[in-house]
Amino acid sequence: MSAARVGVVTFPGTLDDQDAARAVRYAGGEAVPLWHADPDLKGVDAVFLPGGFSYGDYLRCGAISRFAPLMEELIPAAKAGLPVLGTCNGFQILCEAHLLPGALMRNAGLHYVCRDQGIRVESTATPWTSDFAEGQELVLPIKHGEGRYVADEATLSALEASGRVVFRYSGGNPNGSLNDIAGICNEAGNIVGLMPHPEHALEDLTGAPSTDGRGFFTSILKKLVNA
Amino acid sequence: MSERTAPALDTVKRAEGTPEERQPYAELGMKRDEYDRVREILGRRPTSSELAIYSVMWSEHCSYKSSKVHLRQFGTKAPKSEALLVGMGENAGVVDVGDGWAATFKIESHNHPSYVEPHQGAATGVGGIVRDIMSMGARPVAVMDALRFGGADQADTRRVLPGVVEGISHYGNCLGLPNIGGEVVFDPCYIGNPLVNALCVGLLRKDQIKLATAPGPGNKVVLFGALTGPDGIGGASVLASATFEDESQAKRPSVQVGDPFMEKLLIECCLELYQADVVVGIQDLGAAGVSCATTELAAKGTGGMDVQLDLVPLRDPSLRPEEILMSESQERMMAVVTPDDIDAFMAICAKWDIPATVIGEVTDSGRLVMTWYGETIVDIPPGTAADEGPVYERPFAEPAGQAALNAASATELPRPEDLRATLLQLLGSPNLASKEWVTSQYDRYVRGNTVLAQPADAGVLRISEAMPGAEETTRGIALATDGNGRYARLDPYAGAQLALSEAYRNVAVTGATPLAVTNCLNFGSPEDPEVMWQFAEAVRGLADACKALGVPVTGGNVSFYNQTGSTAIHPTPVVGVLGVIDDVAKRVRSGFTGEGDRVVLLGETREELGGSEWAHVAHGHLGGLPPAADLEAERALALVLTEAASRGLLTGSHDLSDGGLAIALAEACLARGVGCTVSLPGDDAFVDLFSESSARALVTVAPESFDAFAELCGAHEVPCYGLGTTGGVSLTVEDVLEIPVAELREVHTGTLPAIFG
Repeated sequence: MSAARVGVVTFPGTLDDQDAARAVRYAGGEAVPLWHADPDLKGVDAVFLPGGFSYGDYLRCGAISRFAPLMEELIPAAKAGLPVLGTCNGFQILCEAHLLPGALMRNAGLHYVCRDQGIRVESTATPWTSDFAEGQELVLPIKHGEGRYVADEATLSALEASGRVVFRYSGGNPNGSLNDIAGICNEAGNIVGLMPHPEHALEDLTGAPSTDGRGFFTSILKKLVNA
Repeated sequence: MSERTAPALDTVKRAEGTPEERQPYAELGMKRDEYDRVREILGRRPTSSELAIYSVMWSEHCSYKSSKVHLRQFGTKAPKSEALLVGMGENAGVVDVGDGWAATFKIESHNHPSYVEPHQGAATGVGGIVRDIMSMGARPVAVMDALRFGGADQADTRRVLPGVVEGISHYGNCLGLPNIGGEVVFDPCYIGNPLVNALCVGLLRKDQIKLATAPGPGNKVVLFGALTGPDGIGGASVLASATFEDESQAKRPSVQVGDPFMEKLLIECCLELYQADVVVGIQDLGAAGVSCATTELAAKGTGGMDVQLDLVPLRDPSLRPEEILMSESQERMMAVVTPDDIDAFMAICAKWDIPATVIGEVTDSGRLVMTWYGETIVDIPPGTAADEGPVYERPFAEPAGQAALNAASATELPRPEDLRATLLQLLGSPNLASKEWVTSQYDRYVRGNTVLAQPADAGVLRISEAMPGAEETTRGIALATDGNGRYARLDPYAGAQLALSEAYRNVAVTGATPLAVTNCLNFGSPEDPEVMWQFAEAVRGLADACKALGVPVTGGNVSFYNQTGSTAIHPTPVVGVLGVIDDVAKRVRSGFTGEGDRVVLLGETREELGGSEWAHVAHGHLGGLPPAADLEAERALALVLTEAASRGLLTGSHDLSDGGLAIALAEACLARGVGCTVSLPGDDAFVDLFSESSARALVTVAPESFDAFAELCGAHEVPCYGLGTTGGVSLTVEDVLEIPVAELREVHTGTLPAIFG
């Protein structure tokens, strides 16, 4: 059986693509590089939108990336059920592309923050979180200047009522996100966006002092292999 | 606003016909004899474009004219090193790190721009050093910054520090380079002259080093990256103005503005160009921009180059040739490419949306010739600008007050009764307090190879996953920067040696073997003989210490004129050391890592309080002599640390430096919230805790490894004192003090947020 293939998207200014590919590889999958200018998903089984500063993020974060040729393929595929994970800038791009509701604003403290952050798993009903336990406490790095999740009240209520808040910050809200939201998913659950970086928490030797990021990748690969 | 009047084009022909025309050499910072020398070289007056080139290339910044005679010692005294692949004189030094891989690293100052415009000044400092590393053929893999600010409580520090940190944060984070270490130091002497020294390290295959050279007549000269605009051209405007009084150019920015997004693309583009093997020679455009890149490439190559300056793509189409030559617009590179490869080169640039333009060709004429819409405006032997600048043997003299300063010993200062209160006072003082307010604004994780980062003693990166094709190597690199301006003020010779000692030790405590050195020498005005004495002493000290420790200087940078009026900063040599660890999985983490380990002090503690953090914080005192630099002891200590690490004997380590054993113990507890109970080895608790004797480290050893470790120390004659055991929730020094770790943390982390918000 061939390994499940997870696409890793590189926009100009994407930074965590190498880490994302490594995470897929460590979990036993095949990481397939996807180039922003090439409108071809190469038949991948899932897509990872990594962090960075795509196009420099001189406009709103992710505002230009959503128009990339690749996104013309990705948006309909995601709407049709392709599993998609966006971290940090990837989350911002998913919001800008209206695949996820709400927006990410400048941190409440106005500073970029890089730290090892407590995260609580609120939903295991997505293909990216099924290997976790509900309520499980993780430590994952965050590193962003614009990660304050906001949405209008109706959207927030809908997210909460339908169990679409996937992750919440614990042990202190680092950026002022409403309801301590660190990550959410779409109605179908296949599209997940979060500010923390699971791809930097894979090994004892490097990155954050935890290996809690592995669960994201084992979740999706089990899902794809069993599909 | 008046319309700009275009001055007549000053061609070579015109210069020949108008020998008496007055030229603004003085406004460009040239001395009369330097200007006369240019006339002598050319056999006529220079054109305004030629004057632009010579004035920037012969500036202190580019020519090292005041420092050269001293810096030669780094070569003449250099220890033999098999690891050194490229030494001083290139964009950065290159060191063999084993298994076919090499590391290139360099530190450079961006002090003055960071005072004028902290955000952009610091940001472009990062950008500049990263391009130096790229131009060696390497992938940049990490950055770090050694920063000095005025007193933390001084008003201007609240303007400068947040801007500098934000500039580094924004530029470095956007670039996707982890920031793995560095320093933040406060002292009122830096209030008008903050120091922003940026270091970058890159990795490359050792057989793929690129050099700044333009060989092969007929090869194309390509300018690629950002467009050229009126950034940082300062003095060039006097040349481009119709009259010297014309103020239309006066408001142009003298600080460059950075675009990290462009730099990120430039990194990926360059790596793809190297991969495709379509680059013969390459040079980044930093200070002196096109002037520097063309003269240096030509001087080191076949010797000639023809450039059509009007082909340089401009952001501001009104720029005059003199301004183009001096522009310091960021994110630009210049490459030499064979005609056969030029299409492939351009295609890769296009893939990354990088503008690239052929602006000239390599020749064997021995001349650098530039034209502007067909007319010749520059015709010079390039070596005369690049390599044959003036050299000054500036006078130097020991400062008048030096003897009195050294006589004002710190040993006479009143000693504290309450050592608990003193420890907390020091731990919360700005220089020793947690720097998390700063470092949490830097991405330390990107690229996924960060093994250790601040607040660890040194940054450590693994190589295997950092570069394609490196999967087989187990090696890692370690980097630290250190410098202590107070020590150097008391004794610049010893101060420079102590800076090297500390950086060397910080690399060794991670388990890595120190290999090579880069330095950033921050001083006042070289025209002041007392400053020049400090400089000469510091260079002599550093060169001697490098020889003694067997680590060659591979490159670096001199920053003079860090002074306000006649008051110079403390002489501040900042030293970076690169080391290699054979098996990066055996790196030793900083501080206490678990309960029940033996706490061991290595090295000898003497009563050395001159220039100490205690004297500074408790008494605002600076006098006496700094701790003795004991290079033999440093070397033995490093051997013990690296061997112990490779044998897996250590569970944690931490170097002893500012604040002595007291602060080392506190920091070791704070690393993971593990306390300890120890007793002091000597009979004077104050000296044991707060003396800053060099060549010391604190390590932890599992009880079953203690005998083997003690034997190792004995073999290398490194004094080894078992102080006690890790565990509990307090730092307990028996019969002296007990402080809960939670209280240490509160004091340690509260200071900077309280000041900077």
